[in-house]
Amino acid sequence: MTTTATPRAPEDSGAGPARSAIPGRTRPQRLHRSRLGASRRRKALLWALLLAGPNVVLLLVFVYRPLLQSLYLSTLQWNLGSPTARFVGLGNYIEWFSAPTTGRIVTTTIVFTVATVGGAMVLGLGLALLLNSRLRGRGVARTVAFAPYVLGGFAVGILWLFMFDPRYGLIQEVLGWVGLASPQWYTGRPWPLVMVIVVYLWKNLGYVALIYLAGLQAVPQDLRDAAALDGASSARTLRSVVLPLLTPTTFFLLVTMLLSSLQSFDIIKAMTQGGPLGSTTTLMYSIYEESFVNGRAGYASAVATILFLVLLAVTAVQMRFVQRKVHYA
Amino acid sequence: MTATTAPRLADPAARRRRSPRVAGYVTMIFATVVVGAPLLWLALASLKAPDELYQLPLQWLPARPDLDNYAQAASAIPLGRLLANSIGLTVVGAGLKVVLGLCCAYALVFLDFPFRKAVFGLVIVTLMIPPQITIIPNYTLVASLGWLNTYQGILVPGLASAFGTFLFRQHFLTLPASILEAAELDGAGHWRKLWRFVVPMSTPTLAAVALVSVVTEWNDYLWPFLVVDHPETMTLPVGLTLLQNTDGMSDWGVLLAATVVVTLPILLVFLVLQRRLVDGLTAGAVTG
Repeated sequence: MTTTATPRAPEDSGAGPARSAIPGRTRPQRLHRSRLGASRRRKALLWALLLAGPNVVLLLVFVYRPLLQSLYLSTLQWNLGSPTARFVGLGNYIEWFSAPTTGRIVTTTIVFTVATVGGAMVLGLGLALLLNSRLRGRGVARTVAFAPYVLGGFAVGILWLFMFDPRYGLIQEVLGWVGLASPQWYTGRPWPLVMVIVVYLWKNLGYVALIYLAGLQAVPQDLRDAAALDGASSARTLRSVVLPLLTPTTFFLLVTMLLSSLQSFDIIKAMTQGGPLGSTTTLMYSIYEESFVNGRAGYASAVATILFLVLLAVTAVQMRFVQRKVHYA
Repeated sequence: MTATTAPRLADPAARRRRSPRVAGYVTMIFATVVVGAPLLWLALASLKAPDELYQLPLQWLPARPDLDNYAQAASAIPLGRLLANSIGLTVVGAGLKVVLGLCCAYALVFLDFPFRKAVFGLVIVTLMIPPQITIIPNYTLVASLGWLNTYQGILVPGLASAFGTFLFRQHFLTLPASILEAAELDGAGHWRKLWRFVVPMSTPTLAAVALVSVVTEWNDYLWPFLVVDHPETMTLPVGLTLLQNTDGMSDWGVLLAATVVVTLPILLVFLVLQRRLVDGLTAGAVTG
């Protein structure tokens, strides 16, 4: 009710003497407005508390509080559920940097990340180019390609564990068609790592393809036509015209895929549990293992902080790039 | 190869038009088969008897398709209960998340209040915080509240809406101010303005956010896996772990049947509401 009165009130009070004296007109109006404004502001604040409050409280309690607490926990020698904790300062970090397993975990993480991100980008771009050409049935192909992305990682892991079965799986059958024997996917290094990489690619390929497809459709056709008129082959057009125009898309995908690959867990949990002999234990998986299998919550918090810093660095690079892009635009 | 000049000029042009076509089709069919085959293989394998699963050479089609594996899975773990839990938690979780996002975004766009920028900053920064770093402290909090093995333990810590709030805000900023001013002149309060004017003008965004929430809630694994170990409150993906641990890899048919139960509902949602869902899942590319 007061809200409807606000725009009208100054008009009514100022309508009569308006023309005679401008300073006289503005002053009472301002007074009036600020009084009404105060009640209006109070009302807005109340509504804001009501509407934004619950979400803000949830964010503070379940995102920001744990973020800070995790930093604190990383300075403790503390086991999950234990009533006592000992302050060790940077001890957990020092332990991580000098632990014999750290080198292996970092290498595994890098191999997994580079292979999944690189593979998804290259294959996804190829698929997008295919889906962008005027082929009949590409709608169906697009649906099939994207479908794995909506499935849960754990279920996907179970499904592929069966596919990879060295005796009865579909993979060994297909390898048999071309005269290859199935490797020991479950046990023989480096095959378990190859296996989880393949599955991750299968699940995320459609997403990359779809984002690239959106980028491709924004490339003006006359640019390609011009390149073709100049006698450029389609490979040359792709390299010199299309790919440069896709740079923002490529960068966006690179960062998103990097972030999600570094945090992947479900597929590894379902397929290898980080094994055998830790050969598929990534940084993310080691956090889970240290905290919830070994119970070393303090140490795991330190590892989580390290992963967080890596992710933060990736995001920071993205922000700088986005700013630069805006600057150029 | 040893063609004369004239056909060499005429031929390649025609061939260039035709052969990439054929190559394109071959590649596309190949890619579709490679991506799609595992899903088909899963569905067919779940209908096979054990002796068929372990029979070489492999057969695509089950000789006597039946639902034995599903019945066995349901007797090993309470599949019906888990399905009900998953559906309930997904609907309630996604619903609440959407409402929280809508309300928060409305306040951010249409209300003038102190710390508005700070609240928006809180939402934006959340998008960059990996959930993994919050897991240990949230686990100890939920445990100390006595919320392990409860629905609220699974649900509440993940409710806060950042992605949804952000998308809704971006959309609200594009709404015509005149309609909302007219609503205000008609005496509509904020609550009515939100549900009667803003929400009906936001259905595509609403559908996108709701569907993305449904997919993430349904597939959520690590958190429910940590919080729940009783079948009464367990969700389907966690039940799959239980089945994997009890039966091991001894009985693939049963495990695959349960995998179908986990994946089929979300696959159907995807097939029916494909466009909206894809819009939502790829929205980050447009806004980011």
